[in-house]
Amino acid sequence: MSTTIAPEAPATHKEVQHIPSATVRFAGDSGDGMQLTGEQFTRTSALLGNDVSTFPDFPAEIRAPRGTLAGVSGFQVHFSSTDIYTPGDALDALVVMNPAALKTNLTDLRKGGVLIANIDNFEKKDNEMAGYEANPLDSEVLEHTYQLFKVPMTKIVREALKDTGMGVKEIDRCKNFFALGLVYWLYGRDMEPTARFLQEKFATKPEIVDANMKALKAGWNYGETTDAFASSYQIDKAKLPPGKYKNIMGNVALAYGLMTAAKLSGKELFLGSYPITPASDILHELSKFKNYGVRTFQAEDEIAAICSAIGAAYGGHMAITTSSGPGIALKGEAIGLALMLELPLLVINIQRGGPSTGLPTKTEQADLFQAICGRNGESPVPVIACRSPADCFDVAQEAWRIASRFMTPVMLLSDGYIANGSEPWLIPDVNKLPKIEIKHPGPIENGDKFLPYKRDELLARPWALPGTKGLMHRIGGLEKQDITGNVNYEPANHQHMVNTRAKKVENVALEIPLQEVEGPASGELLVLSWGGTFGACKTAVGACLNQGLSVAHCHLRWLNPYPRNLEKILRSYKKVLIPELNMGQLRTFIRAKYLIDAQGLNKVQGKPFAVQEVVNAIRQQLGLGSNGQPAREGTGAALAALAAAGESAG
Amino acid sequence: MSTTAPAPLTAADFGSDQDVRWCPGCGDYSILAQMKKVMPQLGISRENIVFVSGSGCSSRFPYYMNTYGMHSIHGRAPAIATGLKSVRPDLQVWVITGDGDGLSIGGNHFLHCIRRNVDLRVIMFNNRIYGLTKGQYSPTSPLGKVTKSTPFGAIDNPLNPLSVAIGCEATFVARSIDVNIKHLGEVLKRAAEHKGTAFVEIYQNCNIFNDGAWDYATDKATKADTVIELENGKPLIFGKNKDKGIRLNGTEPEIVELGKGITADDLLFHNEKSPEPTLAYLLSRMRHPEFPEPIGVFRDVDAPKYDVELNRQIESARAKKGEGDLNALFNSGETWTVA
Repeated sequence: MSTTIAPEAPATHKEVQHIPSATVRFAGDSGDGMQLTGEQFTRTSALLGNDVSTFPDFPAEIRAPRGTLAGVSGFQVHFSSTDIYTPGDALDALVVMNPAALKTNLTDLRKGGVLIANIDNFEKKDNEMAGYEANPLDSEVLEHTYQLFKVPMTKIVREALKDTGMGVKEIDRCKNFFALGLVYWLYGRDMEPTARFLQEKFATKPEIVDANMKALKAGWNYGETTDAFASSYQIDKAKLPPGKYKNIMGNVALAYGLMTAAKLSGKELFLGSYPITPASDILHELSKFKNYGVRTFQAEDEIAAICSAIGAAYGGHMAITTSSGPGIALKGEAIGLALMLELPLLVINIQRGGPSTGLPTKTEQADLFQAICGRNGESPVPVIACRSPADCFDVAQEAWRIASRFMTPVMLLSDGYIANGSEPWLIPDVNKLPKIEIKHPGPIENGDKFLPYKRDELLARPWALPGTKGLMHRIGGLEKQDITGNVNYEPANHQHMVNTRAKKVENVALEIPLQEVEGPASGELLVLSWGGTFGACKTAVGACLNQGLSVAHCHLRWLNPYPRNLEKILRSYKKVLIPELNMGQLRTFIRAKYLIDAQGLNKVQGKPFAVQEVVNAIRQQLGLGSNGQPAREGTGAALAALAAAGESAG
Repeated sequence: MSTTAPAPLTAADFGSDQDVRWCPGCGDYSILAQMKKVMPQLGISRENIVFVSGSGCSSRFPYYMNTYGMHSIHGRAPAIATGLKSVRPDLQVWVITGDGDGLSIGGNHFLHCIRRNVDLRVIMFNNRIYGLTKGQYSPTSPLGKVTKSTPFGAIDNPLNPLSVAIGCEATFVARSIDVNIKHLGEVLKRAAEHKGTAFVEIYQNCNIFNDGAWDYATDKATKADTVIELENGKPLIFGKNKDKGIRLNGTEPEIVELGKGITADDLLFHNEKSPEPTLAYLLSRMRHPEFPEPIGVFRDVDAPKYDVELNRQIESARAKKGEGDLNALFNSGETWTVA
């Protein structure tokens, strides 16, 4: 194993314990820079060769009132010497910058975990703001339940930066880098990648680079020199498949995948979009790449966004529109138009908590009904879902391959958890990826009539481009006669066209891979999952297989149509468990289609599944007791005691 | 092989094989006929012309043209046309809309299409009624209008399409009348030649649900006094005997009689090239019965066009950075290698 740069950790003189993996969360006020801190820790860990998985969690408000529970922003990183698929259940270390962060995050810290608190922000008013009547750090219960480190971060940073000539306000902004430096020490991380990041980002402001580096080093030194920390931890490099990697976020991977799909099909990309959380980053990302022929159009609303894409598709471009659930609701009529016109289009939904405005920054997978059914009339569209950040790259190409092959809009589902999460991505060679063949009919010179709805063997119609001589034709949202495309309201014709459009979407199953299963080909229980719950389900099933349980995992990429062999798979197990971050949407479809009594594990709390939750559900289905407690329950007694201590002290 | 040039296209070449299904006597027939007559004069092949419409009676228009066309969904034609023109600047794109389609359900797209100055021709058939849904009032129906949905009279103030367009700083704004066929043809041709969003309001009679809505502007007996034809650089003169004119009194227009010391030089002179939209807006506010209503080109100025600028950004990025290389992009930034 080698690295392109040499990020070796600085030498520590204290004891080092080797551990396989760890999960760390940085939590503070939304103005405390926790997202940046977490991202830096992730990059550094990835460069060090760990497998990483992240979970940023931030409030919908840009700056909620300082110090309040609503304003807490967190970033969780799971880094490991083995393959991992989730950002981790329970935290091994938690950094809290204020009492509000302590209160909202402590439940996730495992018993005996490292708790680092900036005690300078635990003044009386800070504690009251978070609803503590006394300083929670004074609680003996806290001290006994966790490895508590009370660090005067603000004071130390002010002291370290006193000669920089910066004001107190600017100096205090550097304290997140102190926290980062301290956690770097704790897990033997190198400071060099962050130094490089600062130099690039603040190339014209050397004083900012200098101040943050001083704070970072002060944090590292604090761990190394104070007696509080007896030892640090080391997590070895993960054994990933060979190749070149970079750490990638879901929305970036999706943008790259879309650009790659355009390239592989010889098309230029057009994005019509309207800003919405958590999809906007795709618009931001694609807007950068004008020299790749990417045209982005920030429309006046969601409807204009998809309609502009329909216009671009008619003009012969690879057209996409990106949004989240509320925006997809607005696009519904236009999706129906695209499927009636039979033009290729990608409709991308980065799902968030709903209904209505719901939980804009939190994750959920409750738009499956909407994706499959959310239009008037008999209006089937193929639906595909990403399972992880790096998977977005592949799914984008797969979606475009089907949309262009079948002349249909394709709904692509991601979610906030995938979009903002990140993981190592094995960088592909674009020249070796399979081409996406697209044909357009050539000109007609002899006066023959062009037939815009004459279909091929898979029932796809030709994609005739304006500007092609002799192919002048009109398409529209009214029902049309097959073959000619002329408006037609005859009863039998409508039945025929509805059947044909449905059959065309069913034919997609002929062009997608057969479903694979991880684990035994038959047995007691199948865990059937889709979308962003992949990591939790895969990890949970893996753990249960290791315990000798009769369980297998089947993760769907296509939600409409299903792979041809899905029914056979479902019937090979006595029971089917479908974990979903909704109230049972895939389960409803599976039960209706196959008359199989699938059971659900359902949660809508704006958070992904913990692996343990899935393990417990599997064991329950198999008639076994649960073998582990989520962190929340494990620390319940400590929390109750903490609350009681706070009250009595107040 | 024959070397004779192909015969020039005629109006008939631009008609599709579909039966026209507007009500007999509808003003749309006249507009269709003028459009087909104008098309061969533009020197653009049929395959390079696209008509996009939304929903409503006027929106059936693309079916009847032997060009490329899309009959889309209610109000959204400007958005679809914007996407099409953005990726295919080589095409001439027309939007056919109505007062309901364009100003009610599609009002938002109408505004934004105009402010972006996308190189589209937006032709609004204004009949001041919802025809296809059988007779509800529209955003251009006058106050008090009794319709199926307003049995006690409309109580919402109508929009003036030209004022809205000029308020969005439309670079080309014109008005014509369905039965004024020569004038209509000239206005459509001017719109076709404009670069940027060209907005044309056509007074169109719905003889079923709102017959006679524009009688004051079309009646031979009255039209000389109720309509004033705009001519660039000319004073605003009207009346059967060309003896009346429009004069500015401070910032307000007023009707004056020529003679008795008032000459054409005292009148308001039309300037469609005025960089500010003020004059065009003032003209758009002249409504019947207080004033004769201007027809013709109100405004024709040049401004940056969205589709042109978008493609310019693409070209300049390519000139500056070279054609994008995905492999280079993916391998840039911080990476690590696992052996």
